Amino acid sequence: MTAYILQRLIQSVLVLLAVSIVVFLAVYGIGDPIELLVPPQVSAAERAAMIRRLGLDLPVWQQYLSFLGSALKGDLGTSFVHGVPALGLILARLPATFELVLLAMSVAAFIGVPLGLLAGLNPESRPSRAIMAGTILGFSLPSFWKGMMLILLFSVFLGWLPTAGRGETVFILGVPTSLLTLDGLRHIALPALNLAIPNMALMIRLVAAGTTEAMTQDYVKYARAKGVRRRRIVGRHVLRNILIPVVTVAGMEFGSLVAFSTITETVFAWPGMGKLLIDSIYHLDRPVVVAYVMLATLLFVAVNFFVDVLYAALDPRVKLTGDMA
Amino acid sequence: MILSKSVAPTVPDYADTSLRKRVLRRIKNRPTTRGAIVLLGILLLLALFAPFIAPQNPHDLASLSVMDNRLEPGSQGMTGITYWLGTDAQGRDMLSAILYGLRTSLLVGLTSTAGALAIGVLAGLVAAQFGGAVDAAIMRIVDFMLGFPSILIALVLLASIGRGVDKVIIAIILVQWAQYARLMRAAALVERRKEYIEAAVNFGLPTRHIMLKHLLPNSIGSVLVISTISIASAITLEATLSFLGVGVPVTQPSLGLLIANGFEFLLSGEYWIAAFPGIALVLLIMSLNLVGERLRRSFNVRG
Repeated sequence: MTAYILQRLIQSVLVLLAVSIVVFLAVYGIGDPIELLVPPQVSAAERAAMIRRLGLDLPVWQQYLSFLGSALKGDLGTSFVHGVPALGLILARLPATFELVLLAMSVAAFIGVPLGLLAGLNPESRPSRAIMAGTILGFSLPSFWKGMMLILLFSVFLGWLPTAGRGETVFILGVPTSLLTLDGLRHIALPALNLAIPNMALMIRLVAAGTTEAMTQDYVKYARAKGVRRRRIVGRHVLRNILIPVVTVAGMEFGSLVAFSTITETVFAWPGMGKLLIDSIYHLDRPVVVAYVMLATLLFVAVNFFVDVLYAALDPRVKLTGDMA
Repeated sequence: MILSKSVAPTVPDYADTSLRKRVLRRIKNRPTTRGAIVLLGILLLLALFAPFIAPQNPHDLASLSVMDNRLEPGSQGMTGITYWLGTDAQGRDMLSAILYGLRTSLLVGLTSTAGALAIGVLAGLVAAQFGGAVDAAIMRIVDFMLGFPSILIALVLLASIGRGVDKVIIAIILVQWAQYARLMRAAALVERRKEYIEAAVNFGLPTRHIMLKHLLPNSIGSVLVISTISIASAITLEATLSFLGVGVPVTQPSLGLLIANGFEFLLSGEYWIAAFPGIALVLLIMSLNLVGERLRRSFNVRG
């Protein structure tokens, strides 16, 4: 087990290194950051001094090593636009994004699981077909357009909910949250719903497929033969068995929800890290883009690592020795 | 007519024709799927013949009249034409813009899917045929690519290389080839264990011949079935990237960019600039998803 964890850990570090090289070359290698940093009226001598000070006269590999060195110390560069460390800027936006993602996931689970059960128990019935057709719609609506239509309906036509921002926030343990004020909840409702819909469709499909399959299993037949009530069979036996893959997928979807929140945050002007990424791309604020990508990579690599290790720990069939190809 | 046009290319070249017939019959007999196929056919025809159908050429600035900007659907323009779906901020007829936008969206979606398919199939085939270090190297890259959400990779890539139709296509190919490679490798590995391949090897046929003439046609089915759904996700990805401002250029707006242009007028209730291109986009994506989903189920492909 230790050998397996160690091997996966080394793999994860290699992935992070590979990403850092690719991102460094892609973002720093193209174009000249000096053009952005130095005003055109500055003299040639000052310009040269600036290039030297930033280390831009060094060969690429030396620049990369110094980038890597400071990255390991937690310094991912200073934002060109805001003049503060890029990492701190992103971390300050982290709570807003996590709040949105967590609420979206909860909404998806609390609506998706019961609907999926319903559709899976009677797959040929009319409501079930309607639900399954609805999931195709849920997958097909592009996130940004769906967000706009939500704004159009609930804000412009009905005038019920605000269109942008986080609303009033309160601090819990030093972290600002919109979930505990009425104004904040009114602001988070539409973006969270927008983010939740594709995930909800995914949950419904997973639960429905799992339920239909589980109902034909021997343990269900046995329970039925024993005279256990249908309600108890579904609630006690079926639900428990299908929740394992659902929880796994939900965990793995966390990363993609963080990535997709970029779009939702842009539509609803939600001040999270996704909106920061888009703004930084517009303003050519490279250190922030690099820092975001490195942080996102760290997140995905960490999630994958923990999922793999958990699987190995829980499932005796997963081979723990070397060779994973 | 429409049916054979839009479905035939996605049906794998199985030796077993009875399966193909059975599947086709099952597809035709589902009213929803039939509706989706008809809709898809109509959208393809509209995109193909846009220059002949559109009341206006939206790329020709001379034919636009700025006086007609942001008119409501059904309004009469200065030149006497009726704008059935309204006009945008430049006085462009939305109906014409949507027809041309459909062209751009489909062009990007189909080209990038074809490119990703070619690269992915080749990579998967090579991985399955040669195994060992080659297989490990290719699959490591595939796992790496699939570990990240496609939107993030494409977004960061385009942020550094700039916008353009060709660049968007490159970005989508880059994020989509990996899933084909994984599917193709899995299918080819199963196929390689069969006796006819063994016979071909023992017969002394060159490896290239075995790969291209035997392995490829017999294992590409599942990949082609999945590709219908992938066209839908390629189109969605392009629209999203264009909405975020890193996609197609303003001179060749896709449906996604048209929606983005309407975003700023949404709050003042001028809904048609963003809503109508969006409806066209959703119809396109949904018909592709419905057909793809039915194909996937009929052939029992997981992916």
